[in-house]
Amino acid sequence: MSDSGLIGWFAELGLKDRPQVGGKGGSLGELERAGIAVPPGFVIKTAAFEEFLAAVERSAPLRARVMALDPEDLDSATQLSQQLRAQIEATPLPRSVSAAISRAHAALNERSPVAVAVRSSATTEDAADASFAGLQDTYLWVQNLAQCLDKVRSCWGSLYSVESMTYRRRHGFAEHDVAMAVVVQTMVDARTAGVMFTRSPLTGDRSVMAVEGAWGLGSAVVGGEVTPDRWVIGKITGEISVREISDKQICHVPRSEGGIHSVAVSESQRRMACLSDEELQALRAIGRQVERHYGRPQDIEWAVDRQSGAILLLQSRPETVWSSKEGAPVDRAVADPSLHVLKIFGGGNR
Amino acid sequence: MPTSAKPKQFPLPSSLKVVPGTERAQAAYPYYTQFEPADDQRFWFYNSMHFPEPMSAFDMVTAEAAYCALGASNTRVHCLPTTLGIDHRIINGRVYIGGNAVTDPKEIARRLEEFKQRAFYYYANWERLYAQWREKMMTLITQAQQLPTPALPEFEPLANVHAGIGVAANHRLLDTYQKTLEGYFRMWHHHFEFLLLGYGAYLTFFDFCKKAFPEITDQTIARMVAGIEAEIFRPDDELRRLARCAVELQVDVHFGKQLSAHELIETLRMSGEGGHSWLKELESARNPWFNINVGDGFYHYHRAWNDDLSMPFASLPDYIERVRAGESLERPVEKLLAERQQLISDYRELLSTDEDRAAYDQMITLAHRVFPYVEGHKFYCEHWYTNLFFNKIREFGTLLSQHGFFAHSEDVFHLTHYELESAIIDLMNAWSTGSAPRGPRVWPQVVAERRAALREWAKHETPPALGAVPDVIDDPAIVMLWGITRETLDAWLSGGDRDPNELHGFAACRGVVEGTARIVKSVEEISRLQKGDILVCQVTNPTWAPIFGKISAAVSDIGGSMSHAAIVAREYGLPAVVGTGNGTSRIKDGQRIRVDGGRGVVTILQ
Repeated sequence: MSDSGLIGWFAELGLKDRPQVGGKGGSLGELERAGIAVPPGFVIKTAAFEEFLAAVERSAPLRARVMALDPEDLDSATQLSQQLRAQIEATPLPRSVSAAISRAHAALNERSPVAVAVRSSATTEDAADASFAGLQDTYLWVQNLAQCLDKVRSCWGSLYSVESMTYRRRHGFAEHDVAMAVVVQTMVDARTAGVMFTRSPLTGDRSVMAVEGAWGLGSAVVGGEVTPDRWVIGKITGEISVREISDKQICHVPRSEGGIHSVAVSESQRRMACLSDEELQALRAIGRQVERHYGRPQDIEWAVDRQSGAILLLQSRPETVWSSKEGAPVDRAVADPSLHVLKIFGGGNR
Repeated sequence: MPTSAKPKQFPLPSSLKVVPGTERAQAAYPYYTQFEPADDQRFWFYNSMHFPEPMSAFDMVTAEAAYCALGASNTRVHCLPTTLGIDHRIINGRVYIGGNAVTDPKEIARRLEEFKQRAFYYYANWERLYAQWREKMMTLITQAQQLPTPALPEFEPLANVHAGIGVAANHRLLDTYQKTLEGYFRMWHHHFEFLLLGYGAYLTFFDFCKKAFPEITDQTIARMVAGIEAEIFRPDDELRRLARCAVELQVDVHFGKQLSAHELIETLRMSGEGGHSWLKELESARNPWFNINVGDGFYHYHRAWNDDLSMPFASLPDYIERVRAGESLERPVEKLLAERQQLISDYRELLSTDEDRAAYDQMITLAHRVFPYVEGHKFYCEHWYTNLFFNKIREFGTLLSQHGFFAHSEDVFHLTHYELESAIIDLMNAWSTGSAPRGPRVWPQVVAERRAALREWAKHETPPALGAVPDVIDDPAIVMLWGITRETLDAWLSGGDRDPNELHGFAACRGVVEGTARIVKSVEEISRLQKGDILVCQVTNPTWAPIFGKISAAVSDIGGSMSHAAIVAREYGLPAVVGTGNGTSRIKDGQRIRVDGGRGVVTILQ
């Protein structure tokens, strides 16, 4: 298979490609094509996974064993997971797959060597009912091609974690429909990073956005290891109605040998706001653009590049909690508009 | 910690004592405003929004006339289904008010049918009735302007005798006084003809927005509804225009010379064509737009720009400087209108359903229909007409002091309107009989006693509320006009647990600012304001607008979230907390304070 059958660059991809590139990959492509800055990268398509899995199945059956799993039997699931992941990590990548990844990785490193993030992008993940999200692995600060190739296999292996397998079994997903794409993307050395909801997570209000952020990489915020600063911004007005600057004791930074680690934040920075008002307004503009593009509220991960100060989006997916509750209108038109005032003056609504 | 299921109580009215030594001053207020035992059964709250200071005996007419008219509108004219009027009581110069809710479902249903026939007619015919209102109001203003200056000549003018008028000058005193009082009471009926209906329509939209957008700020909703060319912006607009005129007519050089208003006018009169033209422009600005007073129309000593030009003139040098620097100083009306429209359509787009959008369209249309009245009436009622009223009373003060009743004409405001009528009749009698009036032997002591009482009362804090704590505040009038809810009461009840360095008021305009407090109680003190200072004053209203460019935030004793203060602060984007009740006495000049305009909290930092 040609490289383009196995690899897709963000600029070539959109949401319609999700069956081949997964939710995360499709979303990043869609963002880049909508003119939103994302860290450059490519997606290893599900075809590569299929080629690899065919190789794995040749040595010993895999999918059939998952299909036979009883999701309530946790001991068996744990045992099976260990066996399957070992099997995956021990199987060499097919030559065509490793060659395609190597060429794409080299292209990404063309100007200077960069660390990459290797992120699972499951075809069932990031769907509107994304409870499945987050069950697969992401590897940050992957330093070189060898590590990268390893981590791609680890991502594929994460499809066979206990949680993933039992989830699929409980929901009756057919194993031959389950595939995984992998995103390989330049790491952002973030000065500040965090999340943004384009509606209020507290009330569902679509006229405000909530931004949470902390120093360093976003993993500290997403993993709940630091209490982030928090702002609520009027989506339309730009008014900052809530400003909670927290004591941010630690931050995540890249480790020279790859991966990340947690370090203490200096005394002078701990209680300092990690975003300026200008940056908050820039985030607001990006959030509005993304929401408009998708036509619905979004749940976004973002980072501010330490060197350039640019704001980059790492991920955007549809907000699901409040959107599923929407339904009944607050009010309706009435024949005589004066009738509306009875809600204030009392004596019955209609 | 002792736990108690019993809710905390506000003090009962009967437990609130008249400050010792001021009993006679207290007794001056009419019998129907004194607390009585049965009042212990009701809930009352201190109307600090309109009456933040103890009120003099005459000024209580502002409460009386207003509540007579408000109650008539609610109870008898529009027949609000769930509420009647507002009762008021006065103790230690403080005005307490209590609502009168209708709770019987049958009575509510009966009133509802009446309400629909009355209020809905107003909504349906709003523009025509409001145009008619402005005519009525202008007629009333013209009549007040035409009332003669009270005077008692030694002999009735010969012309009057030859004309066979048959009524002497002393009778004209009574006639003028009674017409003055009658006009004032009538003005308040006009004031409330539309007000509750207007607020109700506005709040309907407000509540819808709060449900559809739970975190929307009050200020944003106000911006969607607020008029762009409302009367309240005119006085400041006129000052800006005068600054431009001064530069165009090349008389601007005279404005930076620290001249008094009087000296400046004299100088311009001597400066040829340019000076004359500018003074002509000043005249056209003054009538009517300088009929704005530095308060909210409830105290006789809140004087109008027209009565004290130093206030508007104080801001001219700064405006002229900005014109010279190339600023146009004109409000970009088209742009502001376009921004308002954009805001409305942006929020509309965020609504989830077409049903919501249809309801939103109906409610914003209704709010825009009623709002010109809500914003505009105050200029005519609390400012223009009220200035004419107090100035006419002042003329009686001058006449009476000429006849020895008072040392100063302003002393007249220490008499109730009943007592003033008796003093006038005393003078009428004396003029007619040729004997000496008896007032000069009575009133100076009374005035001295009442002046001392006002000073004494001002030193004492008064409870924010009295009587039983109601389960809910569902009186729409109280919620609309005073913004008081059950949460307000809880905050008052826990008053003792509060940070003593915090003051609470109404959130007028969002923004957090720290700076140096400048307590400004009169016009003369304006020059003390430095760039970036926080203005702490009794009332912020359009008269302060000229200095809004200089200060970083504003705190006032008086005002609600729909008051002029709030509207103007929002227009200028100035963080503001209004209606703190006692900011000017609790904050000391020069202290560092923090103003949180979004929460309505002022914190004294040092």
